[in-house]
Amino acid sequence: MTPVPDPRGRFGQYGGQYVPETLMPAILELQEVYARLCHDRSFQQEFQACLKKHVGRPTPLYFAKRLTRTLGGPKIYLKREDLCHTGAHKINNTIGQALLAQRMNKRRIIAETGAGQHGVAVATVAAAFDLEAEIYMGTDDMKRQALNVFRMQLLGATVTGVNAGSRTLKDAISEAMRDWTTNVRTTHYLLGSVLGAHPYPMIIRDFQSVIGREARHQILEAEGQLPHCLVACVGGGSNSIGLFYPFINDPQIRMVGVEAGGLGLDSGQHAARFSGGSPGVLQGTMTYVLQDQHGQINATHSVSAGLDYPAVGPEHAMYHDSGRIHYTSATDEEALQAFDLLSCEEGIIPALESAHAIAEAVKRAHTMQKSHIMIINLSGRGDKDVDQIARMRGAEF
Amino acid sequence: MPMSSHRIAATFQCLRQRTEKALIPYIMAGDPSLADTESLILSLERAGADLIEIGVPFSDPIADGPVIQRAAERALRSGTSLPGIIRLVKSVRAITQVPLILMAYYNTIMAMGEQRFCHEAVEAGVDGVIVPDMPPEEADRLQKAADEQGLCVIFLLAPTSTPSRQTDVITRTRGFIYYVSMTGITGAKLRDLDSIQRNVLALQRQARKPVAVGFGIATPEEARHIAAFADGVIVGSAFVRIIEEHQHAPDYLQAVSHFTAGLKAACSFNDAR
Repeated sequence: MTPVPDPRGRFGQYGGQYVPETLMPAILELQEVYARLCHDRSFQQEFQACLKKHVGRPTPLYFAKRLTRTLGGPKIYLKREDLCHTGAHKINNTIGQALLAQRMNKRRIIAETGAGQHGVAVATVAAAFDLEAEIYMGTDDMKRQALNVFRMQLLGATVTGVNAGSRTLKDAISEAMRDWTTNVRTTHYLLGSVLGAHPYPMIIRDFQSVIGREARHQILEAEGQLPHCLVACVGGGSNSIGLFYPFINDPQIRMVGVEAGGLGLDSGQHAARFSGGSPGVLQGTMTYVLQDQHGQINATHSVSAGLDYPAVGPEHAMYHDSGRIHYTSATDEEALQAFDLLSCEEGIIPALESAHAIAEAVKRAHTMQKSHIMIINLSGRGDKDVDQIARMRGAEF
Repeated sequence: MPMSSHRIAATFQCLRQRTEKALIPYIMAGDPSLADTESLILSLERAGADLIEIGVPFSDPIADGPVIQRAAERALRSGTSLPGIIRLVKSVRAITQVPLILMAYYNTIMAMGEQRFCHEAVEAGVDGVIVPDMPPEEADRLQKAADEQGLCVIFLLAPTSTPSRQTDVITRTRGFIYYVSMTGITGAKLRDLDSIQRNVLALQRQARKPVAVGFGIATPEEARHIAAFADGVIVGSAFVRIIEEHQHAPDYLQAVSHFTAGLKAACSFNDAR
């Protein structure tokens, strides 16, 4: 396969650089710096060292024995990104981009966050790398994820609430882009998923690909063969592309991306871009977008803030059209059941986002042979969601 | 020459002869309703607007500050869409020859289809289009369709634009160049007039095309400073704010006309100077 994206940042017809002229020079600078550093030995060594010492990599590939037995299908392995420092895969990318910001002499970083996991990972690297951090977060998400707001503040970051539009991740990204447009000379925008203008989708995929590279090595060690199926949840799509990308040229491996089905696809209250969306341009990139006939962006709904976004990474859009990756969805209800299942069967409380991937494994297990192997990306831990779930179930402390 | 670029070019030429600079107000279509937009366009022209920018509302306007964001929300609530705005232009075009320029985020054009948009816009009497999230890198598709139909695609340049980007934009832009006065979003405060002047003068020398300056110009005083060297002055958020504040008052067209006349006076250098 020819490498993607092409030099203009296109994944087939998707991707590109749809940003205001004011930002283009900064985007091109990032492109040039990254083109140099992605082949630079000392940069890569520094990145790997940080992943090892700060993040705690490699994360285990864990055989979920009880879950496998209960579901009665393939052998299920969990890639334990929940064991990363700060509790999710997000920090793989924030470490990489903090190193880029340093090389570009930008002392201030800004970011958006939905579930708060990316925000926490940004605040963490800002502290560790002595950078000033400002995190934009929709005020609805701040309510859903109050604990992570406080955590970011403890780490020394400024959290700025965004009251516009749907008051969720999408609006936080717009506000971060406005800040970047204003402070572009001094500030690096540390985008958290494989979204936005080129080179972001490529850079973030590359930084997250450590997940799939490790998993490949680990499954060969454990089973002596490659897996038959990979499953991951897809919000913007960084944990999924991180797992899938190092296997993309193994056509026999089935890959399944799970979007947020919210209250069900018929309800219109979901974030399943490949079921209800169409190609469009949002926040810098051309991709599948949930929109009306006039190109206005639709409101989305998901129980998990991290999947609650109306567009998907452009590389996913390309793999969707080519059929290389199969995309499906899990409803709030299915994700919540999977959340309980993994907690009680394996003693692992998953993030609500990752619970969507578990829900797909539940549905898919009976279609696979017992000798087959499935790897699920357990992209984050559920500590941040415990408060929300307790409230939903009327628990009082 | 196609009709649309003819109207824009003729306007700048005519102003030059009168030693005036172009006053280019921006209003949001459909704020508060498309019927109001029609009366506003006619009032603006009568009060001295030389070209008029008509905003196409978008749910996620990344280049705009809170004033224009709120206007877009009001416009979307009143059911405004790009095809509806084009119909409005068609009806206004029967009454006035003032150049009309749409400012639209790429997704609203893509949803309509680039070809269909250019065709129907020109047919209705739209003269140009500004796409704030379309840098030259992504412009080929729209620009090809626009050139075929004779619709001007007006490109933006920013203080951060490199010399090679300036050259690219000078080649591509039709009608005029939109120079963004600052690194920032619409409605921010104007600063550093000297560097704006230096950049605009250099651009005019190289481009030999009119250069209009926008972002951050809110008062007649600021307009006068900019008009001293630029070919046009674009005032957006300040108009949208007046419309926001007065839209429920019976005399709101007068408030807008009064503000327009003050700005236009600041763009005219043909009196006793």
